[in-house]
Amino acid sequence: MKIIIAGCGKIGESLIGALVKEGHDVIAIDKDSEALSEIINIYDVIGVCGISTDCEVLAEAGADKADMFIAVTGTDELNMLSCYIAKTLGAKHTIARIRDRAYNENNLDFLQQKLGLSMSINPERFAAYDIYHVLKFPSAVHVETFSTRNFEIIELILKENSPLSGVKVIDLRKLNPAKFLICAVQRGEQVYIPDGNFELRSGDKIALTAAPTEILKLLRGLKLTQKQAKNVMILGGSRTSYYLAKRLLASGSTVTIIDKDPVRCQELCDALPGATIILGDGANQELLLEEGLREVDAFVTLTNIDEENILISYYASSMNVPKIVTKVNRNEFIPLASNLGLDTIVSPRRTICDVILRLTRALHNSVGSNVEKLYKIMDGNAEALKFNVSPDFKYSNIPLKEIKFKKNILIAGIIRNNKALIPTGDDAIQLGDKVIVISTGHTLYDLADIIA
Amino acid sequence: MNRRMVLNTLGYISVANAILMLLPTIVSIIYREACLWAFLITIGISLLMGLLLILLSRPGTKVIYAKEGFVIVSYAWLIMAGIGALPFVISGEIPSYVDAFFEMVSGFTTTGASILTDVEAMSKGLLFWRSFSHWIGGMGVLVFVMAIIPNISDRSIHILRAEMPGPEVGKLRPKAGDTAKILYLIYIVMTVVQIVLLLFGGMPLFESLVHTFGTAGTGGFGVKADSIASYSPYLQWVIAIFMIFFGVNFNLYYLILIRKIKSVFKSTELWAYLGIIIVSITLICINIYSMYDGFSETLRASVFQVASIISTTGYATTDFNLWPVLSKTVLLIIMIVGACAGSTAGGLKVSRAVILVKAVFREFKKMLHPRSVRVVKMEGKSVEENTLSSVTTYFAVYMMCVLMIFLCLGFEPFSIETNFSATLACFNNIGPGLGSVGPTSSYAQYSDFSKILLSIAMLLGRLEIYPLILGLNPVVWKKR
Repeated sequence: MKIIIAGCGKIGESLIGALVKEGHDVIAIDKDSEALSEIINIYDVIGVCGISTDCEVLAEAGADKADMFIAVTGTDELNMLSCYIAKTLGAKHTIARIRDRAYNENNLDFLQQKLGLSMSINPERFAAYDIYHVLKFPSAVHVETFSTRNFEIIELILKENSPLSGVKVIDLRKLNPAKFLICAVQRGEQVYIPDGNFELRSGDKIALTAAPTEILKLLRGLKLTQKQAKNVMILGGSRTSYYLAKRLLASGSTVTIIDKDPVRCQELCDALPGATIILGDGANQELLLEEGLREVDAFVTLTNIDEENILISYYASSMNVPKIVTKVNRNEFIPLASNLGLDTIVSPRRTICDVILRLTRALHNSVGSNVEKLYKIMDGNAEALKFNVSPDFKYSNIPLKEIKFKKNILIAGIIRNNKALIPTGDDAIQLGDKVIVISTGHTLYDLADIIA
Repeated sequence: MNRRMVLNTLGYISVANAILMLLPTIVSIIYREACLWAFLITIGISLLMGLLLILLSRPGTKVIYAKEGFVIVSYAWLIMAGIGALPFVISGEIPSYVDAFFEMVSGFTTTGASILTDVEAMSKGLLFWRSFSHWIGGMGVLVFVMAIIPNISDRSIHILRAEMPGPEVGKLRPKAGDTAKILYLIYIVMTVVQIVLLLFGGMPLFESLVHTFGTAGTGGFGVKADSIASYSPYLQWVIAIFMIFFGVNFNLYYLILIRKIKSVFKSTELWAYLGIIIVSITLICINIYSMYDGFSETLRASVFQVASIISTTGYATTDFNLWPVLSKTVLLIIMIVGACAGSTAGGLKVSRAVILVKAVFREFKKMLHPRSVRVVKMEGKSVEENTLSSVTTYFAVYMMCVLMIFLCLGFEPFSIETNFSATLACFNNIGPGLGSVGPTSSYAQYSDFSKILLSIAMLLGRLEIYPLILGLNPVVWKKR
């Protein structure tokens, strides 16, 4: 697909990287020629220097023939306007980053409709929802809910002396009555799709699926339960903090937000009447202890400085806070933070890339058994894809154990009549099902791609 | 330094070389010539070396930086010329390896300077290979490899940038591989059109192929001792016009292809290029009028020679060594200017010359109005200060290299005119110069030392100096 990206900031660059890797033709627009030449040096793209609301710049970038136009400059209004112009010129799909709270809460639908936007993205809001899901299941480091709500993939890390370490996957089912499936295991940098003989070790990060009704039972059986975080402390009063706090307050948790900017504190006070807002420097350990760091269920660092987030999270983990969520913007820092033992890391940039990739894959193939949803799991090292089974899929009604799949492919779930089914070798894919496939090392566009 | 990736790419180059050499092999089969074995042995060597490199290197990561781009390009060209020279030596038609190497460097860099004293005695297969190397070298060896092998590297722009001539390299399509494909497509179509036109004028197929390759790559190897002089006026005109065509920036042809013809006519570089051609033709016409009978012959002689020199091809229809001093001086000057950036031609490039002249005027105005702010404009856009300073630096480095080589040639027992024009003709990838290296003579008289020196000059000129100097510098091979 031909995709134009206006704005080569942090999000823009991550998007360009992800889309080029997928094999799309990408054209980057930025008014800063130095930022642009940096991008051209690293990625195989064309750069057009200029302001993205300028018709001539858009024409030079070929907006009239673009399949997708994504505006991620620093200004909401610029994004909306350039999307509108691109759409008028003939771009098929337009996506604008709209971050301002006023737009998001009051008239987003109206704007999307009037401007002809296919989608608006708000990285902070997406990140906040990610964090919210994790806080609901604190023993998991990451929870991916497929839209139907009846299928979840939970990532968790096997701690030292976990009862699961040294257990083979095949024996696991005997140990536990609940129906579940281990989809992927990350050991060090390597991601495995395990077969029955795979032996788990402590320190592994595993992704597992189970029917939502059985998840709690399962986690209890594996002695992995941890109660939902009810008392949350948030460091930094960013936009993400606002969306997260709002969500948490609505679900009845207590929220404390610490920020050092008096003006920002005032604004948050106005917007979030239920939350406790503390004016102070979060790097001050005395302050954190005074505000009850030892008593909280979860501690979330959301300042705009990655280094600060990582170090303060590290301090909190030394204070034995049960659950710590760290926001890291720069992709390079994510492995460093994991090395420090910070397991739950949220990156707004990565979240946005996932959302856009999901959309491009879905648009790529509108006939056949196309991708309906795509989720990056295991820090982006594996993918979970949801396919619709169409009549031209040749392997329906054949038991799974008789089909030869490609390497590193696993059918993690079949959704039939809105009910999730954890498949065994005797189950078969039927017409009209939705199939969830876990893969690593493949780029899948169609369900037929999984057959060897 | 990603050495494995460098070696891997060089392996692909070697294999590509073997594949390309199949064409002259076919020619020698058709003409039943003994040089067939020379080609087969060389293909074997090239294939073996390439496959070994590809199999043994196994790069862990495909990421390369500007540094690797320079190294890949400079070694690729040395390997192509080094292997390309083998058939001449094995077949015994050019016994000395240094001579054969000079001939092949001259081929791949599209220079067309020859050490052969009797071209017509050579076997057809070798003559074909010599000219075919012009065609490959014209658009670039690595651009070719990039066009046929998908995803050679994640950051192939560094290779494209190191190999494509001109101050700035613009991609036509978002992917470097697609850009390479389009460039080659345009190149192939123009080549085919010229071959058909030459056949139509009654030139035999083999000669049409050889001369079209020479024109398309702006090289200049022919099959006859007197170059193009013995062909009919129609054929001379076709070759002259195509020489000018191949000197035009290929991006403009792409613009025509996507029907943006208006922006083609807005190109500053194109107008400057045509302007220089017309002025030079007029000057030479007036100057040599008394030497030829009739206007049409004078015009044809001057158009052909100007087109040949400015496009850095080096074909000749007349011995311009015998022309008056003014005409020879004009030829020397347009040797330096060369043709448009992004074409197959050599030289300094018209766009650089235009930017330099405009920068000089800006400097003058700045002296009169020290506080005035001015930008240099090119193609309707202001030229960035970075580009501007890199163009002026390039000109300085260019002059330094030319003068160094000119100095080293001073050991040879030839006139200053001969040495200077030989330096310029090699550095700017033209071929024939003036004096003892004029269109009717050859470079055979130079010593081996000077032949190697001039080979380096040709490579420096084709790769625009930096890649060769930086790529061959052992410092860049050091581990980080």
